[in-house]
Amino acid sequence: MTNRFMISRRQLLKTSAAGAALGIASSALPFRSAFAAGVTVGFIYVGPKDDYGYNQAHAEGAAMLKGMDGVTVVEEENVPETVDVQKTMESMISLDGASLVFPTSFGYFDPHMLAMAAKFPEVQFRHCGGMWTEGKHPTNTGSYFGYIGQGQYLNGIAAGHATKTKKIGFVAAKPIPQVLLNINSFLLGARSVDPSITCQVIFTGEWSLAVKEAEATNALIDQGVDVVTCHVDSPKVVVETAAGRGAFICGYHANQSPLAPEKYLTGAEWNWANVYKMYVEKLVAGEALPNFTRGGLADGFVKMSPLGPAVPDAGRAQFEATLAEIMKGGFSVIKGPLKNNKGDVVAADGQAFAETAIELESMDYLVEGVVGSTS
Amino acid sequence: METTDIGLWGVPLAILGGAIRVSTPFIFVSLGEAITERSGRINLGLEGILVFGAMSAYAVAVMTGSPWLGVVAAAGAGACFGLFHGWICKFPKVNDIAIGIALMLFGSGLAFFFGKPFIQPSAPDLPAIPLGWWSSVPQVQAALNVNVLFLIGAALAVFLWWAFRNTRAGLIVRVVGDSSDAARAMGLNPNTVRLLATGVGGALAAIGGAYLSLYYPGSWSEGVSSGQGLMAVALVIFARWNPIGCFAAALLFGGAGALGPALQSVGVTQGYYLFYAAPYILTLIIMIATSSPGRSLAGAPGELSITK
Repeated sequence: MTNRFMISRRQLLKTSAAGAALGIASSALPFRSAFAAGVTVGFIYVGPKDDYGYNQAHAEGAAMLKGMDGVTVVEEENVPETVDVQKTMESMISLDGASLVFPTSFGYFDPHMLAMAAKFPEVQFRHCGGMWTEGKHPTNTGSYFGYIGQGQYLNGIAAGHATKTKKIGFVAAKPIPQVLLNINSFLLGARSVDPSITCQVIFTGEWSLAVKEAEATNALIDQGVDVVTCHVDSPKVVVETAAGRGAFICGYHANQSPLAPEKYLTGAEWNWANVYKMYVEKLVAGEALPNFTRGGLADGFVKMSPLGPAVPDAGRAQFEATLAEIMKGGFSVIKGPLKNNKGDVVAADGQAFAETAIELESMDYLVEGVVGSTS
Repeated sequence: METTDIGLWGVPLAILGGAIRVSTPFIFVSLGEAITERSGRINLGLEGILVFGAMSAYAVAVMTGSPWLGVVAAAGAGACFGLFHGWICKFPKVNDIAIGIALMLFGSGLAFFFGKPFIQPSAPDLPAIPLGWWSSVPQVQAALNVNVLFLIGAALAVFLWWAFRNTRAGLIVRVVGDSSDAARAMGLNPNTVRLLATGVGGALAAIGGAYLSLYYPGSWSEGVSSGQGLMAVALVIFARWNPIGCFAAALLFGGAGALGPALQSVGVTQGYYLFYAAPYILTLIIMIATSSPGRSLAGAPGELSITK
C-alpha cells in the first residue's frame, strides 16, 4: 500500500490546527474542546444497518441513544474489516469528537481497534465480541457481548417440537467460538425435547454471502432438514429461502417474523439498547466504563421473538418453563455428561458450564449430534 | 412438508439444481459481455451494472408490485450505463478498461445509495416453471423449479450463436470487432456499432442483476452480487467469445459453486474452504489444458485492447 506516503485527512487537520494554535497564542486549547458540551458516540457497522440482522440489531441500540440529552451519535455503515475501519475511527475521533467508539464487527478488533486505542489513549473503545483480555489489551478498550447461546437453546426447544424428520439445520458463517456455542446450544435445546434429533451444519465461510447462504439452505432441506436457523450477518436470505421450501425457521440477531409469519417459530434477538445506555450513562456521569461486559436473557442483553403459530402447545409450555428457569440466572446449557462429535468428553458427569463460564468463549468443538466439522 | 431421504444423491442433485439456480446471472452477464467484446470493446463495468440492475429491479418491483416491470426497468437502466460507457470510449485515447473499472465503482455506489430504503421491504418474486412435475421426490421438484429468465438466457445463447454467423447484424458486430479498418472500408461506423453493442451488453447484465434480487437469492442487499459480474466477464474469455460456450461455462460455474454446501450437507465436512474454491480451480485447470504456447487466444476479436 502507498498509504504511508500520503498525508491522511486527520494528520492534515492536526497539522493545520497546530499551525493555527501557534499563530493565535491564546488558543492553546485542544482541537476537540469545541465539542465539550455533550458526548459524541461513534458506531461502526460492517454491513447496512437495516439488514434484518446483526447490524440492524446494533443500529436499533444506537437509535435508542439518539433521544438522550447531550448525546450525539455518529454512525458509519459498510465499513470493511480492513485499514478502512481505522480511517473511520480516526475521522470519528478527530473530526466528530467522539469520545466513545463502538466498532461492532468481529474483525475490527485486532489490529485495527488496538492500533487506534494506542494512538488515542484518552478515547474509549468497546468492541462487540469476546476478545478483550485483561493484562493483554489496553485499558481504554474492552468488549461486550451477550450470552445469546441461551437464545439458541430456546430456539432449539421450539425446533425440537416442530420437527417431524428429527433433522434440524444450521447455516453458519465461520467456526469461531460464538458460532460454535450457538450451534451446540441449538442442538442441545432440541435434544432436550427428543434425544434422537441431529443438527446438520453448513459453514459458508463468510459473514455475508447471499447466494451461498441460499445454496446452503437448499442443500440442508434437500437432506430432509425441516427446521433451519443460522448465524450469518443477515438472516433474510436464509429465512426467505427456507420458508419458500416449506421449512420452519428460528430467527437470529433480530426479529425476522415479518418475512415468514407462518413458518417463523421464534428467534434469538440482541437487545443492545440496554448495553449502550449503560455505557453512555456512565460516560456522561464521568464514571469509569467497564472493560468486560457480559449478559444474557436475564440481564436484558438478549430477548426472544414472540412464539409463532406453528409451535405446538407442548412446545410453548416447555419454552416458557425453560425461559423462566433461565431468567433466574446461572443456567447451564453445556453440562456433563457431554461428548463432542468426535467422541471426546468435553464435560464430565456433574460438570456444568454456566453462561458466564469463560471456557465457553474459547469453544472449539461441536457436540455429539451435530453433523459438521470445525475446519 | 413431505420429504424423502435421498442421501448421497443429494450431491449430483444439488449440482444440477445449483447449476440451474446460480448460473442465470452468469449467463446474462457473460452473453452481454460477449456481444460487447465481439464488437471490439471491453466493459469491465458489468459488475456495477449487475448490482445497479439488481437494485433497480427490486425497487421497481416493490413499488409497482410487478417483478416483470422490475426486469424491464433494470434492462433500461443497464442500457443507459452501457451506452454511457460506449459514448465515453468513442473519444480518442480513452482506455475502455479504466472506464469500465470506474463504471463498476460508480454503478455499485449509486445502487447502494438509491437502494438504502429497499433493503427491508419484500418484493414479489419472478415466476418459476415446475419442470419437476413428473417426479414424486420433493427435492427433484425443487431442483427443477426453473425460472423463466434461465430459459430465456438459454434461448438467447443459442440465438446469439446463430446470429453471429448468419445475420447481417451479427456479421457487422464481428467485422467491427475484428478490424476497424475493414469496417470503415465497408462504410460502417465502428463507434456506432460499439455504442449499441455496449448498450445491449449493459441491458443484459442488468437483467442478470434482476434475477439475483427478484428470484435467487431473491432479496436486495449490498452484498448480493459478491463479484459475480466480474467472474462472468472472465467467463467470456474462458468461453472463447462463443455464446454457447458462455452458457456452458455459466452452468459449470453454478454447479461447481453448489458443490461446497452439498458436500457438507451429506457429511463431507472437512476442508470446505477447498470445495468453495472448486469453481476457480476448475477454471484454472481448463484454461491450462486448453492453452497453447504456439498460438494466441483462439476466437479473440482482433480489436480488443487486451489482444492488440
